[in-house]
Amino acid sequence: MNKISFMLNGEKVSLYVEPNDLLLDVLRDKLGDKSPKYGCGRGDCGTCTVLLNGKSVRSCLILAVEVDGQEIMTLEGLSKNGLTDLQKYFIKHSSFQCGFCAPGMIVSLEEFLKKNPKPDEEEVKEAISGNLCRCTGYVPIIRAVMDYVKNRGG
Amino acid sequence: MAIAHLFEYYKPKNLDELVELLFRYKSKARILSGGTDLIVRIKDGFEFPEVVIDIKGIKELSELKFDGKNLFIGATVTFNEIIENDIVKEKYPLLWESAKSVASMGIRNRATLAGNICSAVPSLDSGPSLLIYEAEVILRSKEGERKVNMNEFFLGPRKTVLKEDEFVYGVNVPLPNKKNGSSYVKLGRYNGEDLAQVGLGILVLEGNEYRIAHCAVGPVAARARKIEKLLNGKPLSDSLIEDAKKLIEEEISPITDVRATKEYRIHMAKVMLERGLKAAVDRMNGKGTPYGEKLI
Repeated sequence: MNKISFMLNGEKVSLYVEPNDLLLDVLRDKLGDKSPKYGCGRGDCGTCTVLLNGKSVRSCLILAVEVDGQEIMTLEGLSKNGLTDLQKYFIKHSSFQCGFCAPGMIVSLEEFLKKNPKPDEEEVKEAISGNLCRCTGYVPIIRAVMDYVKNRGG
Repeated sequence: MAIAHLFEYYKPKNLDELVELLFRYKSKARILSGGTDLIVRIKDGFEFPEVVIDIKGIKELSELKFDGKNLFIGATVTFNEIIENDIVKEKYPLLWESAKSVASMGIRNRATLAGNICSAVPSLDSGPSLLIYEAEVILRSKEGERKVNMNEFFLGPRKTVLKEDEFVYGVNVPLPNKKNGSSYVKLGRYNGEDLAQVGLGILVLEGNEYRIAHCAVGPVAARARKIEKLLNGKPLSDSLIEDAKKLIEEEISPITDVRATKEYRIHMAKVMLERGLKAAVDRMNGKGTPYGEKLI
């Protein structure tokens, strides 16, 4: 067992993990942080996405030991003080059906919109191309992002 | 899916520690940086390392620097770090364009260029540009350092010249010494995560010098020397492009698999060669589609 400590959603956590424990499993099963989901388990679907030092990553492909001393942010952290503006636009546009892809979509977009505050539609599509949604056909998701981009700060 | 296989985890703080670990464990060790390939391979039961060595704690491996003539890409530099680097975009647009085509944002935040070449899958997007720029791979071990030209690095699918106690320290990419234009054309089913069904890199240098390399249509990514020979010294014309397309079948040996048939890949490689050559020449002359815009 290895002892690791990291910042999870702004709070320090310390625990013992096995070297082969995945970050996703540790977040969900040991720390009770259930927003990252297990989808494909190989980095293709994006539903396990979390922010590692501010960058979106696949928690199913990261060993928990690797995040010792790092900062992890999940959807729980992003919406700690209530829904984010982006989440409100997702609700406005009914952007989800089953919702399984939602945490990964929002987390990926949080990073992307910070880097690129005024994207065009093609850039939004590229940014979420690693987040699969099997319900919506992506149209209401893209609509929500574009509406949010248009209206925020205005 | 959790990982069933057990291993020990090491995170060396400097190169000496890494070299010692590799010397001690040799083929029982696997190097971990982005993990986007290794972790999947361990989960799938294709790799059973006794020891996993995380190299992200070694500062000098994270360097990405340009000295006016050469770009050094350290072993832990990710694809997004390459894309976000202005010098790469300005001086090495072919590398930039191919890095942009790799998987999706969340993967590019972790996946490294060095990991891409070490995995040595036939479809690696970084292959054609590194082959074309005549990049040099810097290998280190307890015995010291050696440098291998990219064109001699791949031996077969998932096989490279790396010895069991060696690691990739970084890659040197020399700057082409003439005005040039380039293109990376990638055929895939959709943007995110998808592997190339055909990948084609093209660099045209002033004075009608052509460099072409492919991936996903043979056991290893490789230069298309016959096509280069045909084109070199000649200005690009429609009839020259037609002659070049005829050589495609001699250059590539694609297979039929779940992603595409052999016939489809050959057909598309010809279409891509035409579009890629035209785009590269146009870009050299300051017109045509901007870098990063899809050509197919």
